Amino acid sequence: MPKITYIEHTGKSHIVEVATELTVMEGAVQNNIPGIDADCGGACACATCHVYVGPEWINKLPKIESAEEDMLDVAFEPNKFSRLGCQITITDDLDGLVVKMPSKQA
Amino acid sequence: MIKTDVLVIGAGPVGIFVVQQLGLIGLKAEVVDNLDKIGGQCIELYPDKPIYDIPALPECTGESLTDSLLEQIKPFKTNFHLNERVQEISKENNTWKIQTSGKKTFIAPNIIIAAGVGSFEPRKFQIKDVEKFESKGIFYSIKDKNFFKNKKVCIFGGGDSALDWAIELSKFADITLIHRRNEFRGAEHSATIARQLEKEGKLKIKTPFQISSIEGDTKVTGITIKKDDGKLEKIATDCVLGFFGLIMKLGPIAEWGLNLDNKTIPVNTENFQTNKEGIFAIGDICTYPGKLKLILSGFHEGALAARACFKLARPNEKYRFEFTTTSKTLQGRLGIKKSD
Repeated sequence: MPKITYIEHTGKSHIVEVATELTVMEGAVQNNIPGIDADCGGACACATCHVYVGPEWINKLPKIESAEEDMLDVAFEPNKFSRLGCQITITDDLDGLVVKMPSKQA
Repeated sequence: MIKTDVLVIGAGPVGIFVVQQLGLIGLKAEVVDNLDKIGGQCIELYPDKPIYDIPALPECTGESLTDSLLEQIKPFKTNFHLNERVQEISKENNTWKIQTSGKKTFIAPNIIIAAGVGSFEPRKFQIKDVEKFESKGIFYSIKDKNFFKNKKVCIFGGGDSALDWAIELSKFADITLIHRRNEFRGAEHSATIARQLEKEGKLKIKTPFQISSIEGDTKVTGITIKKDDGKLEKIATDCVLGFFGLIMKLGPIAEWGLNLDNKTIPVNTENFQTNKEGIFAIGDICTYPGKLKLILSGFHEGALAARACFKLARPNEKYRFEFTTTSKTLQGRLGIKKSD
């Protein structure tokens, strides 16, 4: 299974294996990793699974869709590495993906 | 003061349906919701998104589901208290006293919390000292547009609220519209009007910028905004408006002495009562082994909680299980007159 690294805003990192087909958000929630709230449960409707994707990974992800970009408008401190965890589906190509959580989700 | 059998907190699908279950067994309910409309997440987050897993409805939308549920509770003539958040609860003589943000008081032996992920509140600016200016130069909604007449106003956001207010207020105020990217997500038509007004010099647009700091002593005198590349820019302003949509917050529910498990309320699955007698939790906000956050689960949870409410609301009566297909009493409550 692909290994995903989640880094809390404090710098504490969690390396977990996440099954393909799950999302970055689900990988965090199922492993009780703090920093991802996922209030709406993955409907791309709340922007509380906001992550900063490691710069080396940002171009390897599927292109951002407008619904996700719209939700990022209301995320906490978005930047050019911002994505919503619920919109990134894990594939074997994403083995080693690093995401960092913002200091808060809302 | 309003006396009722059950106070329902939350007017989402589960909160609406429990009113029907309560009404059928002869209990009166009042519903409080912090939003300005009925429907909860269904209306606020995904009114147009199709839902495919409501029993017997192959496909519906958040909006159509809400409308159908409201139709179903029509016979019970229920009061909805919108724009009201339940603030405090206290127990007096075996009954709950409930107070809302709008200073309404309810007396009820039962409270059903069907509050989803909590109440919807405006998402706020996340910068230093922003709280001290709130309602004193920094706003997240507009009550009276005339307040802004001839003032310098900075509006943040890229959705319909930001665009619509920028266009409207530009008629009589000095407006700067600021957004974190070049595209606006609000209606294309509105974005076109805003760009046109910018060309005519009636409105300033700054993109891609985000707020960096607020300046002022007792009142706001200006702000600093930051471009993508880190470049800073200062703008003199009297007011700052933020339209960043709504977030869900558990809010005062956390202060009521209920057991909590990661923003949800543990209940027993026999009657969905919390650790406090007479307080029940149903829908997304409750948790128990095997909990599924589905609307259909919330309907079942409400049916059981309603029966438990009966015991506390009618301590001297015996609850009788009946079917709507055959019971004259239930049909009477539904306002159905049968000729047979």
